[in-house]
Amino acid sequence: MSCDELFESLSKSFGGKIQNKTEFCGETTYTIAASDLREIAKFSRDKLSFDYFLDITSIDKFGEEPRFEIVYHLYSMPHAVHLRLKLKVSEDVGAVDTVSDIWPTANWHEREAYDMMGIKFNGHPDLRRILMWDGYPYFPLRKDFPLEGLPSEMPDVAFTKITPMEGGPFVTLPSTAGSKDREPRAHPPEL
Amino acid sequence: MPETRSTAYDSKIEGNVIFTRFDAALNWVRKNSLWPMPMGLACCAIELMATAASRFDIARFGAEVMRFSPRQCDVMIVAGTVTYKMALAVKRIYEQMPEPKWVIAMGACASTGGMYRSYATLQGIDQLIPVDVYISGCPPRPEALLAGLMKLQEKISTECAFRDQKPELAEKLEDAFA
Repeated sequence: MSCDELFESLSKSFGGKIQNKTEFCGETTYTIAASDLREIAKFSRDKLSFDYFLDITSIDKFGEEPRFEIVYHLYSMPHAVHLRLKLKVSEDVGAVDTVSDIWPTANWHEREAYDMMGIKFNGHPDLRRILMWDGYPYFPLRKDFPLEGLPSEMPDVAFTKITPMEGGPFVTLPSTAGSKDREPRAHPPEL
Repeated sequence: MPETRSTAYDSKIEGNVIFTRFDAALNWVRKNSLWPMPMGLACCAIELMATAASRFDIARFGAEVMRFSPRQCDVMIVAGTVTYKMALAVKRIYEQMPEPKWVIAMGACASTGGMYRSYATLQGIDQLIPVDVYISGCPPRPEALLAGLMKLQEKISTECAFRDQKPELAEKLEDAFA
């Protein structure tokens, strides 16, 4: 099956459940509802041979409702085709069904999404923090978590402090100037 | 300041005998056989390995014995980013090293947190353990690490080992011979 036939058969089987389909630069993205995730995921793996699970990304749209957007990146090794599935989750629900029994590699990716964003995965065999330590009280990649961190203390396990940001985060300002002028210097040269 | 000076060795009068100060001899022995505890956490560990390999040869300085047991080590080379998750483990290993011990903070991340001004990175290992030599660089070249090791050797050669470790004995001897 060529990649067009793959996507056609996906649209045909789940016509009503697909909320949006976009194509950009040869990449196809389907927006779906969180409740249809497992059906579509199993179909993609079994019938469409999307056997390689690349990544889960979560986006915090702070201020919008629903708050979180989760993006799944799939790849089909036999056909060399990418597929992207997007779904939105609100903060009150805060949980999505797991796909770790469909693609085992999703186990750690879902743990990372839980650790950094606080999105729970129903049916995950071992949902605990993977980068920060168990018992760390915050979700660091949320928009309401400050860049310099928050102090926390777990005696004998770990502690965190607020990072000194002398002069502020050194970010690049968008412009057409060269890098010397775009990026602020920590110590501007005295003239 | 206790220092080693060139003394007549194998001379016709004294033979195979050198007179020196106890501190000078002890410092010479300690600084020329610094056994590192390689706390290689990130990319600086690669440069640490390169320094231990044949081209840059840390064995010239007596430091090729990189035992991973802290009980047998003199100097802890913290090479790499110290995250908050790892910080207390580094402290525990440091506390298991027997005296005398020194610490080299190798690279920007170990010295001050480096480019990672973030919620997860300890801003310098000197927030937890006392550091003797800071080496800048990202990563520092092996020559820079060797220069740092030589700076540590200079620092060790200025220590008053006898007086620091046996103060009562030193006082007793002073009173006896003063």
